[in-house]
Amino acid sequence: MENHNVINTPIDPKKIKGWGIDADPKNDPTYPMRNRMNISQDPDFKHRPKSLQPEDTEVLRSIERPNVSAVFGTPEPPTGLSGLIRRFAFQFSENQYPHWLPLLLADRVNVVEGVVDDLVHGHIPNIFAEKGYKAEWKHSPQTLVLKMAAFTAVTAGTILWLSSGNKKKKPVKRSRY
Amino acid sequence: MLAMEYRGPKRVRAVQKPMPEIKHPQDAIVRVLRTCICGSDLHLYNGNVPDTRVGSTFGHEFVGEIVEVGTEVTKVKVGDRVIVPFNIACGECHFCRQGMFGNCHESNTESTAVGAIFGYSHTAGGFNGGQAEYCRVPYANVGPTILPEGMDLDDAVLLTDVVPTGYQAAEMAGIQTGDTVVVFGAGPIGIMAARCAWLFGAGRVIIIDQEDYRLEFARNYSYCEAYNFNEIGDPVVFIKKITDWLGADCVIDAVGAEAAGNALQTLTGRKLLLQAGSATALHWAINSVKKGGVVSIVGVYGPTDNLVPIGNMMNKGLTMRGNQTSVKRLLPRLIEHVQNGVLNPKGLITHRLPLEEVADGYRIFSGKMDNCIKTVLMPPTANQ
Ligand SMILES: [Zn+2]
Ligand SMILES: [Zn+2]
Repeated sequence: MENHNVINTPIDPKKIKGWGIDADPKNDPTYPMRNRMNISQDPDFKHRPKSLQPEDTEVLRSIERPNVSAVFGTPEPPTGLSGLIRRFAFQFSENQYPHWLPLLLADRVNVVEGVVDDLVHGHIPNIFAEKGYKAEWKHSPQTLVLKMAAFTAVTAGTILWLSSGNKKKKPVKRSRY
Repeated sequence: MLAMEYRGPKRVRAVQKPMPEIKHPQDAIVRVLRTCICGSDLHLYNGNVPDTRVGSTFGHEFVGEIVEVGTEVTKVKVGDRVIVPFNIACGECHFCRQGMFGNCHESNTESTAVGAIFGYSHTAGGFNGGQAEYCRVPYANVGPTILPEGMDLDDAVLLTDVVPTGYQAAEMAGIQTGDTVVVFGAGPIGIMAARCAWLFGAGRVIIIDQEDYRLEFARNYSYCEAYNFNEIGDPVVFIKKITDWLGADCVIDAVGAEAAGNALQTLTGRKLLLQAGSATALHWAINSVKKGGVVSIVGVYGPTDNLVPIGNMMNKGLTMRGNQTSVKRLLPRLIEHVQNGVLNPKGLITHRLPLEEVADGYRIFSGKMDNCIKTVLMPPTANQ
């Protein structure tokens, strides 16, 4: 085999016996969303807006499109560790887990970076306000009390467990599924 | 300017941010007069949408006044008050020219499956949204529609998403005169979808949810039957039973990935993140629709993986449709409906908060507290 081109020579359907004899424009479940406009009927399908937004900031791009869209959002360009993870994710297509899972991971890392950034800028985030607990206290105090109680219990438990040290180390139970 | 800012799952705040700038000759800057918190914002708020970056501003439902335009903007001018569709669309690409403004190919660089949406993560283009005093609006010749004479701003802001999405949900359900239509989810979209089902000639409209206050609201607003799935046993069996054991003609999924009602789905989809959210509503939709029926999906599901009963979809001969709504395509008709009193969008609004209290707004809406159906946020500059 000499030819490693994965795209085969296109077949002209008009040469196929019976081609199109049962075609029925009413047989279209997408009506009325879609006007039938195939690429063959739309010589203008590669049309792009005449002005393109200048790429003056880092913008990540799906590998499923040949170019950057004519406009794009510019806030929060990728930075830090989360940015590294995002750049990694964008090496994979939207069809692949290595695209979406790292992005979710990057979002979590980004949250920590956000807190650090706040502190670096001398701002202590008011978690109580950011979580909207004022409203919860007003409209659903019992839920908030339960949440706080659970939080306190977990925190106290963790402190107890940490302060008790690893003196009485239990044998680790191993099980295979 | 003041803007809402995402800090992490269930953490948002109002902060001072730099003014948005014109980045493309067809951009406009809009001073926001009304903006809403939407059910689909909760997917972002809960941290379920990939590439939601800390520091981003949400808000895809807003109306406002044009304060600055780029050199190629000709259809609107400074001082115009505009309804801004939630999708960002160029109006010229292969998809836009088919009226699929929700699927524009020239607004979102970062994914191809979804068009660009204001304030909806970098997966949807990385644009800041309208939960702010000012917002950059690309393609100002295409989306923004001048506010019709005398239209209430509260009605107008619901024309950016809720009304068209509810309407398109009913449209995609292919409702024929006399059909029985079931809507899963009595949030604003579900309520509006139920209301719009009548406009397509439905013979019976049924809405299913688990919050009694929302069901009561739907009963009154949409003139539909409303049932609490915690009280009817298996909702699929229940729907079969009340439809002569055949199933509904059309089912609308207005829930998406945050669905409650199935422990296994909650565990695998929302707690363990083994699938992209829980697909409970979609399961119910596929299984409760009549054979040969239509399932219309407007609930938001995450990318790539969902444990969906696709085998039943094939065996039952279903048609399934879903899309982001092409707001611009539907706006002229819907403006008519509002002006003629056929639809009353602002009737959905139960809460109004200053933008400064955005964190409380999200908490109230996501916690379904205080009988909340729809929240409007008022930026401080909105009253000038
Ligand atoms: Zn919305
Ligand atoms: Zn387009």
